[in-house]
Amino acid sequence: MDLYREIILDHYKHPRNFGVLETPDVKASEYNATCGDRISIELCVYASTRKRIKDARFSGDGCAISVASASMLMEKIIGMGVKDIIALTANDIIDMLGTELTPSRTKCALLPLEVLQKAVLSLQS
Amino acid sequence: MRLVRKDFPILNRHIDGKPLIYLDSTATSLKPQMVLDAMDGYYASYSANVFRGIYKISERATSCYESARERIARFIGAKKKDEIIFTRGTDESISLLYYSWALPHVKADDTIVTTIMEHHSNFVPWQQLTKSKGVTLKIWTTDANGELNLKDLDSLITRKTKLLALTAVSNVLGTVNPIQKIIGIVKKLNPACLVLVDAAQAAPHMAIDVQAWGADFIAFSSHKMLGPTGFGVLWGRRELLEDMPVFNFGGDMIKEVHRDSTVFADLPHKFEAGTPHIAGAIGLGAAVDYLSGLGMDAVREHEIEITSYALGKLSEIRGLSIVGPREAICRGGVIAFTMGGLHPHDIAQILDEDNICIRVGFHCAQPLHEYLSIGATARASFYIYTQKTDIDALVLGLHRVKKLLG
Repeated sequence: MDLYREIILDHYKHPRNFGVLETPDVKASEYNATCGDRISIELCVYASTRKRIKDARFSGDGCAISVASASMLMEKIIGMGVKDIIALTANDIIDMLGTELTPSRTKCALLPLEVLQKAVLSLQS
Repeated sequence: MRLVRKDFPILNRHIDGKPLIYLDSTATSLKPQMVLDAMDGYYASYSANVFRGIYKISERATSCYESARERIARFIGAKKKDEIIFTRGTDESISLLYYSWALPHVKADDTIVTTIMEHHSNFVPWQQLTKSKGVTLKIWTTDANGELNLKDLDSLITRKTKLLALTAVSNVLGTVNPIQKIIGIVKKLNPACLVLVDAAQAAPHMAIDVQAWGADFIAFSSHKMLGPTGFGVLWGRRELLEDMPVFNFGGDMIKEVHRDSTVFADLPHKFEAGTPHIAGAIGLGAAVDYLSGLGMDAVREHEIEITSYALGKLSEIRGLSIVGPREAICRGGVIAFTMGGLHPHDIAQILDEDNICIRVGFHCAQPLHEYLSIGATARASFYIYTQKTDIDALVLGLHRVKKLLG
C-alpha cells in the first residue's frame, strides 16, 4: 500500500489555498471527534450568479490525509459550479487522492468534502 | 518470568510476510491458548444453560461458571465469592453503581470526587449526576508529572463527600496511584465516604487485594487481562451490595414472581439478569488461573523492565515528548507520546505498514488531554508477551515516520 505517496506528502507539507479569505461569502467547519481534527473552509462565489466558486481557502489541524485531501480539493473546486460540488461523492475524493484507504482513514479523507458541501448548501439556503 | 509467547497463537501470525508487533494491550490484551481452550471446551462439550438444569451438562456448566467466580474472588482478595458481580465490563460495572447506588443514595447537597485522569467510563456517570441530581463534582488534578498530590485530599474530601471514584492506573499517563494510601487518608477524613476503584488497568498487571486496599467497590474488564471481550466484574462490599436495588430485570435475578409482587434473588444473582455470558466467566476464570500461575509479582516485574527499556529508547528520539511520570516504577506498561506537529493518525498508519500496532486519539480520556493542553496522542502499551525487540521495532518505525513526514 502506498498511502503516503509523493503527491499526498507534497500537499501535506505544502498545502495549497491554506488560510482565510478577506471577505468570504460563506464559512463552514467540522470536527472529527476521534482525533480532535478541525477543518474550516471559506468560499467566495462570483457575485453575478452565485453559482460558481471564485476562490477558496481551508484552515485547521489535521493528519496528512485530511490536509492533503483539503488542499487537493481546494485546487479542484476553484472555478467549479456549485451544483457539481454538491454532486461530489466519496469515490471522487478517493480517485482524487489516488490511493487506497482503510475504513478508519476514509473518515479523514472525507472530512474536507463534508465541510465543503456544508458550506455550499448554506450558501444556497 | 517464563517464556509466554508460545502460549499466544496470534503471535505466530504473519501479515504480508511480517510478524505482528502488538503494542496495544492497554486497549485489549491478546489471549493465550489456555483461555481459548476453556471457552471452546464449554461450547464443544457442555454448552447448556446454567442453574436449574437437572442434567449432567447443565450441572457441569453451573459448577464451572460458579467456580470461575470463586477463583476471580480469590484473585482480587475478596472475602466472599458472592461479592463478585459479573457484568459486560468495567463500563457496565460503573453504570450499575450509577443506577443502583448513586441515583437512590445521593442528594443535591452531596459531593462526588473524581480525578482528571479517568477513563470516560469513570467520569461521565459522575458528571451526569451533577445534571440529574444536582450534586457537586470535584475533579482532582495532577501535577506536571502526571501524579496526584495526596495533600489535596484535605480540601477535596469533606463531610459532604459521598464517593471518591478514581482509577488505580491511568490508561494514558501510566501513573500508578497509591490506592491503599489514598483510601486510608479518605477514610480518616470522612469514614462515610465510599471509594470506587477503576481497576481495569491494574487487575491485568499487578497483585490486587481489595481488603488491603480498603476499597468499597472495584470494577475491571476481562478482555484486558487475557480473557474474552464483553465480560467484566464489579466487586463490592457485601453489605453495600445487599442494600442496593436491582439493576436489570429478567430471568435468574428473581426468586418468586406473583401477579402483584416479586422477590428478588440474593447476591450475586440479583444483579445478573438473563442467561449470563457463561463462556465469558469460564474464560476469565482460565485467565486468572494463567496469571496466577505466572505470579502477579513476576508480571509486574516484567512490565517495569519493558517500560523502563521503552522509556529510555523513546526519549532518545528527538522531538518525541512522553506524558506522565519519568520512572517506570511509578507507572504501568503504557507510554503515550506526541511527536512535534506530526499527527498521531499518520504515525500509527505508517507503523502499521510494518504491522506495529499502536493506538492513537484521546484513549477515552479527553478531559485529561484538554487539561494537559495537548491534542490526540499516540500510545504504545505492553504486557507479559512484549519483548525488547518489539520496542526496537517501534523506535525504528518512528524514525521512518519522521523521515517520511518530517
